[in-house]
Amino acid sequence: MELKRPRRGPVRAWRIGLHGFCAFVFLFLMAPLIVVFPISFSSSPYLQFPPPGWSLRWYVAYVDDTAWIDATLRSLKVAGATMLLSTVLGTLLAFAVVRGRYPGKSLLNQFALLPLIVPVIVYSIAVYGLFAQLRLIGDWKAIVLGHTVHAIPFVVILVAAALRTYDENYELAAMSLGASRLRAVWRITLPQIRPALISAMFLAFISSFDELVVAMFLGGSNMTLPKKMFDNIVNAIDPTIAAVSVLQIVLVTAVLGLVSKFGAGAAPSGTGHG
Amino acid sequence: MTAPSASLLEGGFFWRRHRSTVLLLATALPAIIFLLVFYIAPMALLLAESFEGGTFKHYAKALSDGLYVGVLIDTLVIAACVSLVCLLLGYPLAYFLASTPAPWPTIGIIFVLLPFWTSILVRTYGWMILLGRNGIVNRALIELGLIATPLPLLNNINGVLIGMVHVLLPYMVFPIYAVMRRIDPALLAAAEGLGAPGWQIFRRIYFPLTLPGVLAGVTLVFIVAIGFFITPALLGGGKVITVAVLIETQVRQFLNWGFAAALSAVLLGATLVVYLALRRLFRSEM
Repeated sequence: MELKRPRRGPVRAWRIGLHGFCAFVFLFLMAPLIVVFPISFSSSPYLQFPPPGWSLRWYVAYVDDTAWIDATLRSLKVAGATMLLSTVLGTLLAFAVVRGRYPGKSLLNQFALLPLIVPVIVYSIAVYGLFAQLRLIGDWKAIVLGHTVHAIPFVVILVAAALRTYDENYELAAMSLGASRLRAVWRITLPQIRPALISAMFLAFISSFDELVVAMFLGGSNMTLPKKMFDNIVNAIDPTIAAVSVLQIVLVTAVLGLVSKFGAGAAPSGTGHG
Repeated sequence: MTAPSASLLEGGFFWRRHRSTVLLLATALPAIIFLLVFYIAPMALLLAESFEGGTFKHYAKALSDGLYVGVLIDTLVIAACVSLVCLLLGYPLAYFLASTPAPWPTIGIIFVLLPFWTSILVRTYGWMILLGRNGIVNRALIELGLIATPLPLLNNINGVLIGMVHVLLPYMVFPIYAVMRRIDPALLAAAEGLGAPGWQIFRRIYFPLTLPGVLAGVTLVFIVAIGFFITPALLGGGKVITVAVLIETQVRQFLNWGFAAALSAVLLGATLVVYLALRRLFRSEM
């Protein structure tokens, strides 16, 4: 994509300026991530920088504290269930949004994307009001329902994009050879759009695992990991949260690497699939 | 798109086409019911709550009391500032990603995606370490001799703006980058061949071509920004009250449901107005 223009003096100076500016923006983007690493290995219970000494005590504190571990396990459970539920519902919805010709089709598409526009705080108090009447507050399954509402649009966007470029004739060929529609979709279409499905599942999982506001209202005293981190920040307890942050950054980096290898669409470069 | 050819292949029988439509809608039904029950129903109940007692008194309070109007204006001003800063930082960054040779776009995108996928709480905590009175940024600036006393960067509007720009910058970069990648370099080469100076190529050709991406980015950032809760709550130190923060305190501290519902409706209305206005602008530019 490099523009083929002669390298003249002012152009080169302009390029150097652009690179310097972008280096600054990249530093801005990465700085808050990098800075939690040294703090997490600090021996001091205070936010001191540079740390007076090094230790693993905040990692030990995290593993030893059942409240932190419970919150982590609860978040993993909620995110896993959200991932499964929203991928199934969203993929089915994506078929209806892409395929066929019927009145109200574009309306259905907009309906599917509706949860994206509503501010999370507004949805949170709305669903809190409903679930309080149904006595569902504090139940982890209630958080799954709330998170699934917000994950469905992501799944629909990614799967619908894949279905639009997918040649439906493969499916019809399988059906002309005697497969039922269901079997053709299951054995031919879904394997073909697998990269999009993997990206959708990843998005759904992370969106739930990181979500604070819905979980804060619906979780009651059963805290998810983000709620526990929020309380830890507000009350400025100790750098245990730095250790948790480092673990999360490492986890996200690893998963992002896997998705860029097997998924599609989560990274806008989207080159990792064939 | 593939439906006509599909029905042709199936022999074009009307009933068959009809049947597949019914099947498709049956496929969508679980998700539709799910969204109706767990999304539309609670939102409708909330809206009903805002007209508590069949009056507009909560709306009157939200839209006439100077305190609450101020909060609404602050929220919109913050969202506008964040959108502008994101654009000023994100446009050159997107251009860099779209115009540098091979390994750099991938590396750059990783640097944008990694914070994007990291929990907002982790990033907020990182900013608290960086921006405090004795934080790394202030210490570095003092050591460099650029300032004498620490700048107030945390627990005020500065911290909120920095944190929000950090969270929303990727939302600006990705749509602009996507549009820039599709611009045919031959257009720019043609303009240059015809003797246009560099800045004119940018102003007359390159920038107008990227405008759809710019508008998409600004829309996205602005809409997400007016509903922001976590960053103002944590980095504002209680001094920065946005509508989202106000809604949360009305519900959790004062159990004032009717008023919180009216504020929610106002926030939702503002979001929709901005969304529709920018979409209209976006259409007229296409």
